[in-house]
Amino acid sequence: MKKRSYGMWVGIAILGLLTLAALIAPWLTGYDPTSQDLVNALGKPSVHHLLGTDDLGRDVLTRILYGARVDLLVGFLAVLFPFIFGTALGLIAGWFGGWFDALLMRIVDITIAFPFYVLAIAFSLVFGAGPKSIVITITLVGWVAYCRIVRASVLVVKELDYVHAAQLSGLPTRRILSRHIFPNVISQAITFSMSDIVLSILAIVTLSFLGLGVSAPTAEWGAMIQEGQAYILQEWWVPFIPGFMVVIVAYSLSLIGDGIVKRFVK
Amino acid sequence: MNFLNYSVKRFLQVIPVLFGISIGIFSLIHLIPGDPADTILGQRADAARSAQIHHLLGIDRPLVSQYFSFLNHIFHGSLGNSFFTQQPVTKLIVGRLSVTFFLLIGGLLFSLIISLPLAMWAASKEGGTRDQVVRVLPIIGLGMPQVWTGLQLILLFGLKLKFFPVSGFGTTFWQHLRSSVLPCLAIALSLSPILIRSLRTSMLNIMESDFVLTASAKGLKRWRILIIHVVRNAVIASVTVLGVNIAYLVGATVVVERVFALPGTGSMMIDAIGSRDFPVVQGVTLFFAIAVVIVNFATDVVHAALDPRVVIK
Repeated sequence: MKKRSYGMWVGIAILGLLTLAALIAPWLTGYDPTSQDLVNALGKPSVHHLLGTDDLGRDVLTRILYGARVDLLVGFLAVLFPFIFGTALGLIAGWFGGWFDALLMRIVDITIAFPFYVLAIAFSLVFGAGPKSIVITITLVGWVAYCRIVRASVLVVKELDYVHAAQLSGLPTRRILSRHIFPNVISQAITFSMSDIVLSILAIVTLSFLGLGVSAPTAEWGAMIQEGQAYILQEWWVPFIPGFMVVIVAYSLSLIGDGIVKRFVK
Repeated sequence: MNFLNYSVKRFLQVIPVLFGISIGIFSLIHLIPGDPADTILGQRADAARSAQIHHLLGIDRPLVSQYFSFLNHIFHGSLGNSFFTQQPVTKLIVGRLSVTFFLLIGGLLFSLIISLPLAMWAASKEGGTRDQVVRVLPIIGLGMPQVWTGLQLILLFGLKLKFFPVSGFGTTFWQHLRSSVLPCLAIALSLSPILIRSLRTSMLNIMESDFVLTASAKGLKRWRILIIHVVRNAVIASVTVLGVNIAYLVGATVVVERVFALPGTGSMMIDAIGSRDFPVVQGVTLFFAIAVVIVNFATDVVHAALDPRVVIK
């Protein structure tokens, strides 16, 4: 009997429910995430406002759901682009080697010398603050990890017999790369991308907290933590819940990541 | 002479990286879409001021000449003057460095105090209950935004229990220490998950090694093996792990400074973004990148000194 792991399904269920709730947020809540209601400011949790209201009378639960839209979407995009560029460059560098590989590895060394948040803050001056700038910044830094992972696997796989056989039988390089190399090197990159989404979401939350990411009045978790800290003594849960949401997302992604490892990596 | 040989080779690897960093930092101003003077001046932009900014940044000259004068200034220890206060950027950085230094050292210490015992505890029985518990902790820890952790520490230990100040750095050494406790703890809680994982793995490797087997075959007590043989090697492992994660640690410091309103280098950089003080942003970025490269070099050399098996491929 094969021992089955339910962790991955738990992770998928949590993340799926949250994504669904974020998508259908307008139907789940009757409130607007940005319109103010100063009469009901700093309200305790009640039947009308399950998580209470913030200092401007906005429904906290509504803002959490709308915030998920921003954080999950930007988190996903900020992993998709580095994944594509890093994987492509890693494939080419690992397969062809030579001067391109040497040059690329030097660029990798240089990129990882910069502390991420220092570079991200500097880029917010160059590209302006906002989600687009965050995605550009993370892409400029994040491709390095995928490039290294894929390059290392290609170096191993390209010496295997079936690849030599494919080369000897005269298959074009494009076909060998796409059909024989790519499927065998991609699983590690996918596994890494699960924990990488967490890092991206943390980056968005942190930069927005610092005032360099998504700006008010848009509902976003980092901005909510920043706004909530002013009245943390009256309503501790307002800055607490957005951060807690990040922990939940991180945990479910790690369950999914572990599941993928168990399934595909022997 | 193996060690000397290694150090020289490793140093030769540092040089191209430093040049690459200088090119990267130099390019920052040229990455700004449109006219950088418009970005820096914002609403205040007019022809005369723009020309002044162009001249200050040197972007009215040819690209190659710009780069060499940039390098020349760096070699003479100059990072330009702040647009805002007109003071030299190097002086501004040095003035803020003590706070950042406090946080880096304190954050490192706290991280080791948290992660070494936990990693040892987990590795002492692989796959056991304690191992499972210690493996879940980093997963939760890695998901916690540093700013959020800092805020929870402020609420609990600063505002409710009133053990520590919640912001500022004080004026005396004792006040500095007291003000650094919570920020350092916030940094440690974000770095420890990474350290616990790496240290656990390296300790498991050490425990399977021949010399530990020999020690236990000689009939040494388990705790004695753990403390004398395993921990000593685990400390060597920590040096490398810390070297690899120094950039992460610096990043955490920059962020945490802001949460606790500490007047460090990171806060200065974020303030400089607000006032679009380009030389300060450029200077701090360059400073931290060079610092990371030097610390990486230093940890590799220390590692080689501690472990004669280290070689460059």
